[in-house]
Amino acid sequence: MIDTLRLSAEEAARLLREREVSGAELFAAYRKAIDERDPELHAYLHVCEDGGGEGIPIAIKDVIGTRGIPTTAGSRILEGYVPVYDATVIARCKAHGLKILGKTNTDEFAMGSSTENSAYGPTRNPWDPERVPGGSGGGSAAAVAAGMAPWALGSDTGGSIKQPAALCANVGLRPTYGTVSRYGAIAFASSLDQIGPVARNVRDCAYLYSIIAGRDPCDSTTVELPAPVALPERDGLKGLRVGVPREFNEHEAIEPGVRDAVQRAIELCRGLGAEVGDCSLPHSVDYGMPCYYLIAPAEASSNLARYDGVRYGYRSGRGGDRLEMYERTRDEGFGDEPKRRIMVGTYALSAGYYDAFYGQAQKVRSLLAREHAEVFERFDVLVSPTSPTVAFKLGARTENPVAMYLSDLLTIPSCLAGLPGLNVPCGLSEGLPVGLQLIGPQFSENTLFRVGHALELALGFDPVPPRLAG
Amino acid sequence: MANISREQLLHVARLARLELREDEVERLGSQLNDILAAVGKVSELDLSGVPPTSHPLDVVNVWGADEPRPCLPVEEALANAPEREGNFFKVPPGGSS
Repeated sequence: MIDTLRLSAEEAARLLREREVSGAELFAAYRKAIDERDPELHAYLHVCEDGGGEGIPIAIKDVIGTRGIPTTAGSRILEGYVPVYDATVIARCKAHGLKILGKTNTDEFAMGSSTENSAYGPTRNPWDPERVPGGSGGGSAAAVAAGMAPWALGSDTGGSIKQPAALCANVGLRPTYGTVSRYGAIAFASSLDQIGPVARNVRDCAYLYSIIAGRDPCDSTTVELPAPVALPERDGLKGLRVGVPREFNEHEAIEPGVRDAVQRAIELCRGLGAEVGDCSLPHSVDYGMPCYYLIAPAEASSNLARYDGVRYGYRSGRGGDRLEMYERTRDEGFGDEPKRRIMVGTYALSAGYYDAFYGQAQKVRSLLAREHAEVFERFDVLVSPTSPTVAFKLGARTENPVAMYLSDLLTIPSCLAGLPGLNVPCGLSEGLPVGLQLIGPQFSENTLFRVGHALELALGFDPVPPRLAG
Repeated sequence: MANISREQLLHVARLARLELREDEVERLGSQLNDILAAVGKVSELDLSGVPPTSHPLDVVNVWGADEPRPCLPVEEALANAPEREGNFFKVPPGGSS
């Protein structure tokens, strides 16, 4: 009997290697979990049949193109779209024998923090189905948390891997910008988008990262990793310098229960031998969100121009001339959030407003990158809560776009600076998961894995939602 | 930050190729003003000496060899077309803009 709620990908690999289970049995166990739990949780938009082979199953966020498997980005405008080629990350997963379980739900075009912006209905949090799983990658996070996949791929523009990982108690990595190919992924904001792993523990997360990372000739923004990915071993934190940025840990939006759980994890770092010190990133929290919500919509307004009803996806049936066809297709095909962002982005880039909005935001971005670089002269990693709150109730922030945007307050600044970030579950508040955010300098993934692994061993947190544990 | 007018909103929608319904014009207008008020905070900072960042990594142009290689067959390239005619994507006759 395979317990998919607790089986790690590493252990699954061992079971397959030693022929204790077959690839078909393993796939069937996850399919069974999906059949049981997904009617309630709606983590998947599309579930695949077993294509054979002896590999580990994986779930894929639906913004990543998969040859022959529908890919919608959670949007009506891509309903029925079936990619004719694989994204590079998919080709790499397949080269490692990984088997696609299905495509996971996402806020439309990865725009959102709750997965409620999906055109196909929200995903629910496995810890409490009345609450959101976070977003945009709520489908991947919920699938992993509910034992409906051992691991998954997500994408992160301003927190879409880390924040759902925090709300569902996954380990999620947003990698350093440029380390993972976006070829074949559906673009949202190209100077920010990164694909990354979602897993149940840090070693699995590191292993999946090692499979997908590295330069790709099809994505000219990618670079070679300066050092191979090292799977973390049991280790103390002696000599490690941990920075606690005040603005990220004392912000008024942080719930007391979240702050307490993170404080306990920080004390554990000290206990493991780390040198812990205060620091300040004076502009990052206050100006990160405004900066991000100019740059990301500006880039999105350009990237989403391609959805015009001509080459693929939805086309309006209302007729009209070509221009009217474009405008009607886009009005009917896009949901509210992409429309808001296309409008904000188009406005911010339009004549007369470019310098005051987009140009100024690009300068703020330089300021935040510099601010982080200075702090990393004194510290190896920074710690804070990943999300200021635990999972919120469905509908709580849908009427107020700005309130929803504040969900990403603490994840956005490092994304703007191109830095990697790891979410590690660090405890509960009101019975719901709290995530610790670890931020490092560019290409410091191995350090993040080492710290994350040491902490998860010391914390002994059980990432299985009690209501599913039986 | 000045509020965005109805004319501006419709102009931006036109630039973005979005035909907004009347109820959307109402709702989007008020939401856009809230969003622009929040993001307008970036103008508080004096950043006259700061260079803009368009890309987070310090990388320069990457050049590829200019050699022919296999590409998508026509049938696959057209496989998702809403409408096709022969080897072409088919669209309605052009409008004015």
